[in-house]
Amino acid sequence: MADYLPHTPAEIDEMLAFLGMDSLEQLFAHIPPAVRLTQGLDLPEGMSEPDVAALFTNYTSANRATASEMTCFAGAGVYDHEVPAVVKTLAGRSEFVTAYTPYQPEVAQGVLQAIFEYQTLIARLSGLPIPNASLYDAATGLVEALNMAHGATTRQKMVISAGVHPHWREAAKTFARGTGHEIVEVPLKDGVTDWRIVDATNAAAIVASYPNYLGVLEDMSEAKALAVANDALFVLGADPVAAGVLKTAGQWGADIFVGEGQPFGTPLAFGGPFLGLFACTTEQTRRLPGRIVGETVDSNNRRSFVTTLRAREQDIRREKATSNVCTNQTLMAVTAAIQLGWLGTQGLREVATRCAQGAHYLFDELVKIDGVKAVSTQPFFREFAVHLGHDASAVLLTMANDGVLGGVSIAALTSGPDPSIDGDVDDVLLVTVTERRTKDEIDRYVEVLRKAIGQ
Amino acid sequence: MTSRALSGGRAASAPLMGHETEPTIFEMSVPGRSAYQLRTTGVPSTALADLIPATHLNGDVVNIAEVSERDLVAHFTRLSHRQFSVDLGMYPLGSCTMKYNPKFCDAVANDPGLNSVHPGSPAELTQGWLELLATLEEKLCAVTGMAAATLQPAAGAAGELTGLLLMRAYHSANGDPRRRILIPDSAHGTNPASVTLGGFEVTTVPSNDRGLVDLKKLKASLDPDVAGIMLTNPNTLGLFEEEITEIAAAVHEVGGLLYYDGANLNAILGAVRPGDMGFDIVHMNLHKTFATPHGGGGPGAGPVAVSQRLVEFLPGPKATRMDDGTFAWVKPPRSIGRVHGWHGNAMVLARALAYIDVHGGDGLTRVAKYAVLNANWLRHRLRATLPAAYDRVCMHECVLTATPLKNAYGVRGLDVAKALLEEGFHSPTVYFPLIVEEALMFEPTETESLQTLEALAEAVERIAQRAIDDPDALHRAPQTTPVSRVDEARAARHLIPTEDAASR
Repeated sequence: MADYLPHTPAEIDEMLAFLGMDSLEQLFAHIPPAVRLTQGLDLPEGMSEPDVAALFTNYTSANRATASEMTCFAGAGVYDHEVPAVVKTLAGRSEFVTAYTPYQPEVAQGVLQAIFEYQTLIARLSGLPIPNASLYDAATGLVEALNMAHGATTRQKMVISAGVHPHWREAAKTFARGTGHEIVEVPLKDGVTDWRIVDATNAAAIVASYPNYLGVLEDMSEAKALAVANDALFVLGADPVAAGVLKTAGQWGADIFVGEGQPFGTPLAFGGPFLGLFACTTEQTRRLPGRIVGETVDSNNRRSFVTTLRAREQDIRREKATSNVCTNQTLMAVTAAIQLGWLGTQGLREVATRCAQGAHYLFDELVKIDGVKAVSTQPFFREFAVHLGHDASAVLLTMANDGVLGGVSIAALTSGPDPSIDGDVDDVLLVTVTERRTKDEIDRYVEVLRKAIGQ
Repeated sequence: MTSRALSGGRAASAPLMGHETEPTIFEMSVPGRSAYQLRTTGVPSTALADLIPATHLNGDVVNIAEVSERDLVAHFTRLSHRQFSVDLGMYPLGSCTMKYNPKFCDAVANDPGLNSVHPGSPAELTQGWLELLATLEEKLCAVTGMAAATLQPAAGAAGELTGLLLMRAYHSANGDPRRRILIPDSAHGTNPASVTLGGFEVTTVPSNDRGLVDLKKLKASLDPDVAGIMLTNPNTLGLFEEEITEIAAAVHEVGGLLYYDGANLNAILGAVRPGDMGFDIVHMNLHKTFATPHGGGGPGAGPVAVSQRLVEFLPGPKATRMDDGTFAWVKPPRSIGRVHGWHGNAMVLARALAYIDVHGGDGLTRVAKYAVLNANWLRHRLRATLPAAYDRVCMHECVLTATPLKNAYGVRGLDVAKALLEEGFHSPTVYFPLIVEEALMFEPTETESLQTLEALAEAVERIAQRAIDDPDALHRAPQTTPVSRVDEARAARHLIPTEDAASR
């Protein structure tokens, strides 16, 4: 018997007596006997914390792709960045961790102001003035962007570059089952979206990724021009770390920015909880999904913060709401604000630059290997895809034996042929380098890959 | 009872610091100051301009803030002192199940063996995670009486929409597309919002004079165009839908499906399972029932469990136990596809499994019993001050009404809620459900003690006395909190969502 319940037997008796009852069962007497569970739940008995901790070592020890066992070169939207002790300590403060949604602003100024600072940072990184307080992740953020584009144009056609992360595209298709959106994927040629072959007439949105998921830097003016020519919204999914040095979504003329905020202080965490970044132009403010915090004053005229434009939200507008989002990812947004505070202006630029330097150094070494061929000849930022001439999933397992997590196999992301890659995807590996990778680690990567493919 | 000294959940002694506002981090910024430290890598520091064409560079337009580590720590620590939390005191927020979040579950999830794993790693290298997820799925199915589950949805609302897409896929596969979803008038707002996004239309079902679904009117709404019904049981009034088997039979008879909104699952753990009541789809809010911390508004997790006939449509890929004892990612044959970028909020899922393992079947059953005991004790204790909207045995929460205070002294439910903040308690949920006037929805949860409940009741009674003595003071409450009532209308009228908008 283990739990966190304070009730003593004497107190239970006292409380029941107050209610004129003599057993806890009486509290459930109005539930129809036909559906009552008589034999208890089919679960083991409770265990003490140390016993459960021992049980969990079965899980932790069966994971081989951990930081202590492997040097991480995997990316695909999730990056192994430095998270310093100070960020872990501050973001782990229980006032942030165990708070509820800030519906009572008088006792929630801590979370509200942190979100306000987060929103300011997202607006600056995206170059767009209206951020929200976070969404679940980038994939569901894209879905919200499509819904916003539909709201703005009343159109259903969503023209999406195959350079958008395959998982984001798949999520867009899943939710289109409900909204009825028509998803049109635009293939890549040499790693660059071939916009010329698509009919964007009546499109609600033109969607691109910067860099695209293969790491390639596409000139976004073409996508923007296509959106303008067709009165569609331009939705840009962008790497927020890139914004340290590369053009922002706003600079490219985007109407909506979505991004994955994991790189700002959140561990790899097997994919979640992450952080859906979202910002848009002022024209779309009333269609913003989820919560937004605004500045105001209290009754004593002190600067205060509060969730605002609440009339858009599900608990008030119900079936006419712009989105059903309620719980979002506030703790990750607060974490991002703290991490960005730690990095500062110079730190963010330096991290972005070092990622680019490391990735280019590794790329140059890899393409020297016989049989390794770049998927694209175009410029890239911090990530790139290469043909190995061998099954990429098998190569990853071989490299793992030498303590290197060699990347992400494209086949694992796309589950089959994909318009982003011309031909077979099975030998394509996506490789990234963050500011945490040393030259020695990168050199070792090259050596381990050579060995794995017999070169 | 000397509840003042004994009340563990009453936060009136919290050292919230003074009444000065905290500057923003941007106001603290000093050009040239920095906190970051990075690894020495030895990677050639080629100029960026030599790696990336100039058309892509932004000209250093993005500015963050420039602070020292010491300033950063002071700033966010001060902000944290301006924030209520479960760790600080009682949070009787109805419908939100703000129970104590065991620290052990956080520690388990934060183990590098779990949290340093990249989600795109091959399954062969992440067998521990796959086993953990498959095990959690099995245990959630045991709790709810369902056949299989997806762990991908990131929150309750995401679970709802996933459930509705499953309904759509099921009916479409039968060549029987349907348009309407029935929802009681007491439902959570996420329900109708999700229905619209699922491509359905809402038909509202009225409650009867006992606060339950009106079975006759429900039956009158049923026809072959009804795709299903979304129910919370116990409902948002904290009352158990006693005619649930009749409701299930009627909906199933016209070919509709039953969706269980698991927001109130805490009330029925080990007492009754949604599957046994006839539900086909169940979402669970792990950040409520399974005590994962709410993070100031997320992250949550909203797994969706289904009955056998819907298993083949579940989102995927799913962590699956194979015959040889290994685990693999398997996509159900007619899967609706991904509803999350990766595998769901994995760290939240790990915490929930730890919580389930500590409690076991016996502990979870006690959780529901004591949650219901606490809610009924509070309802009964406060009946002279704030009467219950429906005064009979409730489940894990009770909806009380401030109508008597309003009629006699002009003191509204919101005033009571705000005054409670001064008393060291978080407010209950106000003005929900919509069908109760001046509603104050209290959910004490099972982790609060009798002493804390008594302290809460005494605080409510003091507020009721103040309503008689000085109602105007209550309209001005709270005054002892970091800020007093904020001007919400002004925030909406003149939107300032960022520091840059503020300075314009």
